[in-house]
Amino acid sequence: MQAIIIPFIVLFVILYGFFKKVDLYEFFLNGVREGLFMALKIFPTIFAMTVCINIVIKSNIINDIVNFISPFFNYLKFPSELVTLSIMRPISGNSSLIIMDNLFKTYGPDSFIGRAASIIQGSSDTTLYIIGLYFSTVGIKKIKYSLIVGLLADLTAVVISIMVVRWWFY
Amino acid sequence: MINYIFGIFIVLGVVYSFISGNINAVNDSLITSGDTAISMIIKMIPLLCLWLGIMKIAEESGLIKKISSLLSKFIHLLFPELKKNSNSISYIATSIAMNMLGLGNAATPFSLKAMKSMQEDNSNKAVASRSMITFLVINTASVTIIPTTIISIRSLNNSGNPTEIIPACIITTFLSCFLALVFDRIFYYVWRKN
Repeated sequence: MQAIIIPFIVLFVILYGFFKKVDLYEFFLNGVREGLFMALKIFPTIFAMTVCINIVIKSNIINDIVNFISPFFNYLKFPSELVTLSIMRPISGNSSLIIMDNLFKTYGPDSFIGRAASIIQGSSDTTLYIIGLYFSTVGIKKIKYSLIVGLLADLTAVVISIMVVRWWFY
Repeated sequence: MINYIFGIFIVLGVVYSFISGNINAVNDSLITSGDTAISMIIKMIPLLCLWLGIMKIAEESGLIKKISSLLSKFIHLLFPELKKNSNSISYIATSIAMNMLGLGNAATPFSLKAMKSMQEDNSNKAVASRSMITFLVINTASVTIIPTTIISIRSLNNSGNPTEIIPACIITTFLSCFLALVFDRIFYYVWRKN
């Protein structure tokens, strides 16, 4: 199904352009040029984000904090195995995928933890990266309440994930 | 804000790794994060070129305007500040549609294009507009119908039924996206008052 979508969109746009007698090749080249400039423009942001995010992840500070506060989550009946994943999810897509994979290996993908990890991973995105990338690409300095709302939404997604898994599968 | 996050992350990471005796790992990551960033942009360039090329044709042929006017009413519910028939509407809609289909990587060029287009209508170029924030909130809430990556990692780990998570994922993602939009509205009004 997904293999059809992209070629279909390309075909549709080209046919529409043909029909409207647009100089297809010329404008395609213009767009490609714009794409190259855009890549050049977003690279510094991607570089800066990778550096600062990697340092935090490699320093192990997140793991150590989670270990320190995990009794609190046990008290809340929130599986502490999922805390690291939930904290990492908005920060780094790759790291959270690795954490999810490790949870699958330890508990199995069809266990409660495995299912909850899948849903947490699927229902939220790398908020920090998206906000950093999109805003600096267009030169926005004041991001107002966007990060607060984004992180609040991630927290909500985690809570809802656990509730939905409990209700849907058990 | 991003300025603080950048600074705090680096200071926290380096100082903590120094105290916990983990400084070697941080040293390695400083040297190798360049590789990660380069390979990320290298993977993104062909997508940016392809989609911006195709989108240019769609723009010139009037297709973008047509899609915008078709979806204008619906998108206006979420983005009351956008002008009618603005190109932003099409880019926002295509970006959300791509994300829904699980084509996350292909969505990035459309999202960046949407941001650029909203920036053109933005009165203060240094401050995020209301529409931009709403758009980012929808993006970070990630409305995915088919979470392809997760399904493939599940089957690599011998799941009995890798796709069993799809319905629960859809319920969660729509609920949390809806709540995210509610937060977005609340914060907009609270922020404006201050």
